[in-house]
Amino acid sequence: MVKHAVTKETSRKLYRQLYLIRTAENAIRAHYGENEMKMPMHMSIGAEAIAAGVCHALGERGQVFCTYRSHATYLAKTEETDDYFAELYGKVSGIARGKAGSMHLSSPEHGFLGASAIVASTIPVAVGVALACKRKKTKNMAAVFFGDGAIDEGVFWESWNIACLMKLPILFICEDNRLAVHTSGEERHGYRSIVNVLKQFTGNVFESRTTDVEEISAITKKAMRGYAEQEKPAFLRLHYYRYLEHVGVNEDFDQGYRSQKEFIQWQKRDPVLLQRKRLLGLGITEDAIKKEEGVTDKQIAESIERAKKAKFPDQKELFTNVFYEAR
Amino acid sequence: MMKKNRIISYSTAIGEALQQEMERDSSVFLYGLDVADHKRTSGSTFGILEQFGSERMFSTPLSEEALMGVGLGAAIAGLRPVNIHIRSDFLLLAMNQLGNMVSSYHYGSGGKLKVPLVIRSIIGRGWGQGFQHSKSMQSIFAHIPGLKVVMPVTPYDIKGILIAAIRDENPVIVLEHRQLYWVEGEVPAEPYEVPLGKGKIFRKGKDITIVATSWMNVEAFKAAEILEAAHGIQVEIIDPRTIYPLDEKIILQSVEKTGHCIVADYDWLFCGFSAEVAALVQEKCFKKLQSPVVRIGFPHTPCPTTRQLENVFYPDSLSIVRSVEKKLELKPCVLPKEAPNSWEHKFRGPF
Repeated sequence: MVKHAVTKETSRKLYRQLYLIRTAENAIRAHYGENEMKMPMHMSIGAEAIAAGVCHALGERGQVFCTYRSHATYLAKTEETDDYFAELYGKVSGIARGKAGSMHLSSPEHGFLGASAIVASTIPVAVGVALACKRKKTKNMAAVFFGDGAIDEGVFWESWNIACLMKLPILFICEDNRLAVHTSGEERHGYRSIVNVLKQFTGNVFESRTTDVEEISAITKKAMRGYAEQEKPAFLRLHYYRYLEHVGVNEDFDQGYRSQKEFIQWQKRDPVLLQRKRLLGLGITEDAIKKEEGVTDKQIAESIERAKKAKFPDQKELFTNVFYEAR
Repeated sequence: MMKKNRIISYSTAIGEALQQEMERDSSVFLYGLDVADHKRTSGSTFGILEQFGSERMFSTPLSEEALMGVGLGAAIAGLRPVNIHIRSDFLLLAMNQLGNMVSSYHYGSGGKLKVPLVIRSIIGRGWGQGFQHSKSMQSIFAHIPGLKVVMPVTPYDIKGILIAAIRDENPVIVLEHRQLYWVEGEVPAEPYEVPLGKGKIFRKGKDITIVATSWMNVEAFKAAEILEAAHGIQVEIIDPRTIYPLDEKIILQSVEKTGHCIVADYDWLFCGFSAEVAALVQEKCFKKLQSPVVRIGFPHTPCPTTRQLENVFYPDSLSIVRSVEKKLELKPCVLPKEAPNSWEHKFRGPF
C-alpha cells in the first residue's frame, strides 16, 4: 500500500466507486438466474481498482474506451446505475434503449466513448480520439482498456506504433488477468517480456501487480505526466485476477484450467477490502462506512427495480439510429 | 447561377472538392498510405498539401485496420477525416473496423455519437492489375447496415457527391474507377452538393432500361449509341450513383416505361448488387416486365492478369449490345471496328 498521498475525501470517493462496482456486479449475479437480463455478461469482479484508479487519475478530461468486460469502468466513469441496469434488462430507458447491452456500454457525456465485443477493436478508435484531442488542443486524454489477449491482435501493434509515431495523448491500459478466455499467456506468447518489447518504441511503459486503487491512480498520473512533459503515450500493464468465469456470473475453478489457490492468494489483496481497510486506518468509523455502503446498496436496488418496471423499446426502435439524420 | 461550361477532369474535380471543403471546414483532413507522396493518389490531390500543410494531409504507416479505427475515433471526436485507399482490395484489411465498428457505432451509442467519415477508394480495371488490385466490392460494403456507398461516374457527380459525403454525418465509401480519372466534363467552379441517395438518368430512352454502375455507364453509353445506329433502339441508362441508400424510384419508373431491364454492374454477379436490382425490379414491377431481368457483370472467378483473359472477364459495350439484341430478339448487328476497350484512348464522354 502506498503512502497516503490523497485527501481523505478522495479515498472515500474511490472506496465508494469500488463498492459500487462490486455491489452492482453482485446484484447482477443475484438476479441473472431470473432470466430477465437476456444477454451475456462479462463480469468485472477483481478488476475494480484498475477502473476506478485510472479513471480517477484521468478525471473529467479522460476519454475512455473499453472491452466487453467494462461494467467496472462504466460505473467508475459515470457512477450512475439507472440507465445502466435498464440497458442490461434491454429496456427503452437504457443507455442505448436496450440495443447495445452489456458488451457495448457508452456514455459520451461522461467521457466513456464506447466498448466493443471484438478484441482490440477499440484501440485504434481511441488513437483517433487522441489525434483529435491533439489537433483541437483540448488537453483531453484518451485511455483504452483491453486485456492481454488484445496484444495477440495485429491492430494492437499498428495502434501502439501510430500512437508513438504521432506522439498522441493516449494511455494503453492492459488489464492483464493472464488469460485470454481460457488460454494462458504461456500458451500464446512467442516472446519473453511484453514490457521489454514495447519499450523499444518511443512511448513509456509501466507495470504493476498492485490491487491498491490509489497506487494505480498514482501510476496513471505518472504516465499522464510523461505525456504532458514529453509527448509520450504510455502503456500500462496492470495485473489483476478475474474472480469469475470468462462469461457468466459463476466461479469456474472446477474446470481445471486454473487453480483456486491462485485466486485465494489474490483475494487476500482484494481491491475493495483493501481500500475499506484504508478508510478504517484513516479513522473513518465502521458505522460511517456502513452508512455510505447502505446508500449505494439502496441506489442499486432502486435502479434494478426501475429497470424491471421499465418498458421494452417499441418495434420501430429497431430502425432508428442506423444513420444519423438531421432533425 | 452556377456556370457549367468549364471543362475539367474527374481527378481534378476530386481535388477541387477536397480543397474547397478543407477551406470551408478546418476539421476536414486527408490521410492514408502514401497520400502525401509525389503522385498524390493518382493526381487527385495536387496542391492540397502545399495549401493546408502536413497536419491536414499526411501519409501513414501501412496499418489499414488501425487507420480506419483512427478515422472512426477522430470522427466521433469532432473531426471529418477522409481516409484514402489507392486500391479497394486494401480495404479488406480494414474490414473489421468497417464491419464491426464504423458501421454500427452510431447505432450502438444510442445515436449519441456521429461518424462523419469519408473513405475514398480507387477501383477497377487498370492495366494487368490482376486479382488483388481490381476489386470493387460495393455489394460487400452495401450489405452492411450503417455504411453509405457511392460510385460517381462524371466529373460533375464526383465533385458534388464528394462534397455531400464530407458534409454527411455518416460513414460514406466513395468508389472511384481508375479509368474515370481521365474523363473530362463540365464542372462548376463553386462548391455544390449532389445529394447521396439520388440516381440519375444518364441517357434518356424508351425501349429498354440499363441500370449501370460506375464504369459500366461508359460501356452502356457506347452500346446505346451502337444500338441506336444499328437498330434505332432508344436505350435508357440509369446510374444509381449511390448503391446505398438506393434510389429505387428512378429505377422502377424507367422499367415501368420500357418494360425491359438489364443490370450492368461493375462487380461479380453472384450475390451482387445486380441481383439486388433484379430482385427489386421483379418484386415491384413484375407486371410491367416484358422479359426477364438480365444481369451483366464479372464471372465468378478471380480477376486474371493477362489481357486476353481480362477481356473475357470484363464485360464491355459489345457484350451489352449483344445482350440487348438477344433480349429484344433483334438480329446481331455488324459491330464497329474500334476495339471495345477503347478506354485506352482516354474516353471522353459527352458529360
